[in-house]
Amino acid sequence: MTVTVHRYRTPISEDQARKLRVSDELYLSGMIITARDQAHMRALKWLEEGKPLPLSFEGLGLFHSGPMVERVDGEWRVVCAGPTTSARMEDLEARFLEAFKPRIIIGKGGMGSRTAEALRNFGAVYCSFTGGAGLLVADAVREVEGVEWLDLGVPEALWVLRVEGFGPLTVAMDASGGNLYAEVAKGVQENKVKIYERIGLKQKSRS
Amino acid sequence: MRLDRVVEETAFNLVRFAVTDLPADVKEALEQAYRSEVSEIGKAQLGNIVRNFCLAGEGGVPLCQDTGLIEFYVWVGEGFGSVRGLGEAFVGAVRRATVEVPLRPNAVEPFTRVNSGDNTGRGLPRVVWEFVEGDGLEVAVVPKGGGGENVSMLGMLGPTEGVGGVKRFVVDAVIEAGARPCPPVVVGVGVGGSADQALGLAKRALLRPLDERNPDARLAGLEEELLELINATGIGPMGLGGSTTALGVRMDWAHCHTASLPVGVVFQCWAARRARARISRDGRVEYLSHRRE
Repeated sequence: MTVTVHRYRTPISEDQARKLRVSDELYLSGMIITARDQAHMRALKWLEEGKPLPLSFEGLGLFHSGPMVERVDGEWRVVCAGPTTSARMEDLEARFLEAFKPRIIIGKGGMGSRTAEALRNFGAVYCSFTGGAGLLVADAVREVEGVEWLDLGVPEALWVLRVEGFGPLTVAMDASGGNLYAEVAKGVQENKVKIYERIGLKQKSRS
Repeated sequence: MRLDRVVEETAFNLVRFAVTDLPADVKEALEQAYRSEVSEIGKAQLGNIVRNFCLAGEGGVPLCQDTGLIEFYVWVGEGFGSVRGLGEAFVGAVRRATVEVPLRPNAVEPFTRVNSGDNTGRGLPRVVWEFVEGDGLEVAVVPKGGGGENVSMLGMLGPTEGVGGVKRFVVDAVIEAGARPCPPVVVGVGVGGSADQALGLAKRALLRPLDERNPDARLAGLEEELLELINATGIGPMGLGGSTTALGVRMDWAHCHTASLPVGVVFQCWAARRARARISRDGRVEYLSHRRE
């Protein structure tokens, strides 16, 4: 299997996002924002109330992460910033994608059918980065451009990060309906049948 | 010398060791998994994992941004002497570690979600106390990440479901958890006891190193069989498919009610962090899991 490698810089257009296919590798440079549960909720609440966001998310990377940061001489520095479980954002992501048009979601564990549909409809992809590999991410962060909504706490705040060559990200859900998690899940269900048989056989042989 | 101060200093060091440097047995298991993984995408994940823990070790920085909730296990020797101030010692150690290691502030009030800022709070850090024979005190720390904790499962099985039912429940729990606990995971399984005991046994079982065989031959066999079954699911590293879903299964058990068969399943992410030390009653400290630099 040959892996196609892409190197993208933000802002990313809808066309660029639609070119990415499941199992491709992506190295991302430019601006990404971090947003977990609370930042998603606040952004959507502000949208409802007609309040403008602190910055436009269009064409940016949306990173599901609660970074660990430190402040040295008044400057924020990212110490460690791996992805968090993306499934927690499933209830909010489709509206988020429609309203704010980030093009590259980065997280871990994949997302559900509503997000998959929104990726198709609005032209974005979901990429997996290795959970727990937070130092590799910190290595790619060139600068903390800013932080908003710090009242939500450090992990839940909206961090604006400038990254260089963040990756390899694995494209796991694409804008044409490709879904690596669905492929794996199908295999797992088939394997489960065989595993049950093994457990059953062992029980029988014991009696 | 005040023993509570020694305990606080030791607990602080253990937290620092645990979040920055994986135990040798876990590193070895991950490196072995990298060599044996059959999926290309899965191998890439394990490559990132190995590179990441090497960076953490070199830099003395936390290897994952989720430094977890800090849980302590304490075995107090009956002859250790005074236990005055020991409870506070663990709170103090976590506060200090939050600033100095640093740890990410993860503790929030459950209703308002307001962050306490220092990883302590009502019921935190959790300390499990046990009184044992001897004059010393042993303490272990497990920083437990949210992703693994969120997929914990309790099954109150019927007694007639038997060992086969236990196996099925564990495999189902792993499949249900999928990518969320950051596989390859270490799976803790507690069989018997009461509902909360089953989960407690499962969690405490995670303290046993991956290269240490279960002293109970019956459980040792079950652990090996379950590991094989779990790795046959194909979930793979980070749930992206592959032959490495778990690094190990750790089991423990207790007697239970004749009407019950409780099974607790807990998950430790690949960053299976833990550290352990022994303190003698004259205040000497011996680090068991990590060499003191």
